[in-house]
Amino acid sequence: MSADEKILELVNVSKTFDRLQVLTDCNLRVNKGQTIVLIGPSGSGKSTLLRCINLLEPPTSGGVLFEGREITDDPRGADRLRRNIGMVFQNFELFQHLSAIENIMLAPMKVLGMSRKDAHDVGLELLRKVHIPERADHFPDELSGGQQQRVAIARALAMRPKIMLYDEPTSALDPEMIREVLDVMSDLSQEGMTSVCVTHEMGFARRAADRIIFMEEGRILENAPTEAFFGGDANARAQKFLSQILH
Amino acid sequence: MSLDLVAQYLISQPFLHGAWVTILITVVSLFFGVLAGLVLALAQQTRFLPIKILTIAYLWLFRGTPVLFQIIFIYNVLPSFDIRFSAFWSGVIALSLNEGAYMAEIIRSGLQSVKKGQRVAGQALGLSHLSVLCWITLPQAARIVLPPMGNQMIGMLKTSALVSVIAVQDLLLVANQTASADFRYFEALCAAGIYYLGLTSIFMIAQGAMEVALDPKARRRRANGEAGLRAILRRILSNTTTAGGDNVR
Ligand SMILES: Nc1ncnc2c1ncn2[C@@H]1O[C@H](COP(=O)(O)OP(=O)(O)OP(=O)(O)O)[C@@H](O)[C@H]1O
Ligand SMILES: [Mg+2]
Repeated sequence: MSADEKILELVNVSKTFDRLQVLTDCNLRVNKGQTIVLIGPSGSGKSTLLRCINLLEPPTSGGVLFEGREITDDPRGADRLRRNIGMVFQNFELFQHLSAIENIMLAPMKVLGMSRKDAHDVGLELLRKVHIPERADHFPDELSGGQQQRVAIARALAMRPKIMLYDEPTSALDPEMIREVLDVMSDLSQEGMTSVCVTHEMGFARRAADRIIFMEEGRILENAPTEAFFGGDANARAQKFLSQILH
Repeated sequence: MSLDLVAQYLISQPFLHGAWVTILITVVSLFFGVLAGLVLALAQQTRFLPIKILTIAYLWLFRGTPVLFQIIFIYNVLPSFDIRFSAFWSGVIALSLNEGAYMAEIIRSGLQSVKKGQRVAGQALGLSHLSVLCWITLPQAARIVLPPMGNQMIGMLKTSALVSVIAVQDLLLVANQTASADFRYFEALCAAGIYYLGLTSIFMIAQGAMEVALDPKARRRRANGEAGLRAILRRILSNTTTAGGDNVR
C-alpha cells in the first residue's frame, strides 16, 4: 500500500436543503486503502456527507475530487462516477423482485454489459466471499437481516468499486447478526478496500479504522488517527459523545 | 326451451359478429384506457400546477358521472358542436376515457408502492434513470398493479354491453334483437350469457398466467417441479375470492 496516495478529497463541501444548512465547510482526505469511520449525533449530517461523495446529493458549494478529478462539475458523469463507488444502506435496499444472485448480477449486466453467464459467475464468487453461496436463489424476504446486508455488500462489490461507502450498515440488525456483517467489512478493509463508514460500532472502529472523524451540526470537529482518538486525544465534544455511546 | 336453438344461436352469424364487436370494443378501449391511465398517473406526479389541476378535473368529471351518461353524451351531444363519431367509436372513446380515470389510480398506487430507497440503490450502482425505471421500478410496480388491473379488464368486458344503447351491434344488442324477433328470450340470452362467461373465463386465465409470469418465485417453483397450470389455477382462485366489490359504474 503506497502510504499517501489520495483517492478522494472533499474541499469546503457545504450543503443546504431549502434554507436548512446541513453541511458547513467539510474537508476530508481519504487515501487509498484507508478505512475511515464517521461518527456523530443523529442529524449531524453524516448520511448527507456520504451521499455528497457519490453525488446522490450534489453539494451546494465546495468540491469533491475523486482520483484527482473534480466530479461536481459534470452532472452527466454521475452515473459513471457511481460505478466506482459502492454504497451500502442501513435498510439493505435489496431489489425485492430479484433473488440474491440476481441482485448482484443486475448492475454488471445492465451497466457494464456483462453476459448473463459471466455475471452469474461473479455473483457466485462474491456470495462465497460473504459466506452465503447456498442462499443464491433466495429472495430478500427469505433472508435474515444479516444475510441481506451481506448480499448488499456483494452487490456493491460486483461493480469492482474503488471505494466503499457504508451508512450505518448494522444499525437495523439484531445483535447476533451484527458480527457477521462487521467481519465481512473488516476483511474487506484488511484486503485494502478503501472505505468510509458511518457506524457507532466502536469495536469495529478500533479494529479496522485508520482514522476516526467526528461530526456535529454539519461540521467536522475532529479527524484523528484511531489510536489517538481512543487514547484520549480527541476534542472535548468528541470525548463526550464517545462516552455517551459507550454506555 | 330448446338447447338446440341455443346451440344454433351460438354459431349464428349475428351472434358471432356480436361477440366479435364486444371483444373489439373491450380490447381497444382497454388499450387506450391503460394509455390514458399511464399519462394521468405520471401527470399527477408533476409539480406543474396547471397540469395537476387539469388531471384532477378530469378524474372528478369521469369518476363523478355514470359511464352510460358519458357514452350517450359523446354520441348524442357532441354532434351539436359539430364533433361527430360513429356509434362504435363514440362507445370506445367514452369507455377509454372512463377507464383511464380508474387505471390512473391503480397505476399511481403501483408506482408509489416502490419505495424511494429501491431507486436510490439502483442509482448508487451506476444505473441510469431509464435503467432504474425499466429494471427496478416498473417490474415491482407491475406485480402490484396486475391484480386490480385484471379486475378492471374483466369489468370492461361487462361494461361494454352499455354501448348497445347507442345501437352498436354488440353481443347484448344482438341477443336482445334476436329474442324479441323470435320470441325466444331464454335461448337468445342464454347464448349471450355463454359467450360472456366464456370471454370472462379467458380473461381470468390470461390474468392468472400473467401474474404467474411476473412472480419471481414462480420461476424457482417451476424449476422444483410445480406445474405451471396449477400455479395459474391457484392465482385465479385467489383472485375470484378476493375480487370482492366490482366497480359499480
Ligand atoms: N432530503 C432532505 N431534505 C431536507 N432535509 C434533509 C434531507 N436529508 C437530510 N435532511 C436534514 O439534514 C440533517 C442531517 O441529516 P443526515 O441524515 O445527514 O444526518 P445523520 O447524521 O445521518 O443522522 P442519523 O444519525 O439520524 O442518520 C437533518 O436535520 C435532516 O433532517
Ligand atoms: Mg444517517
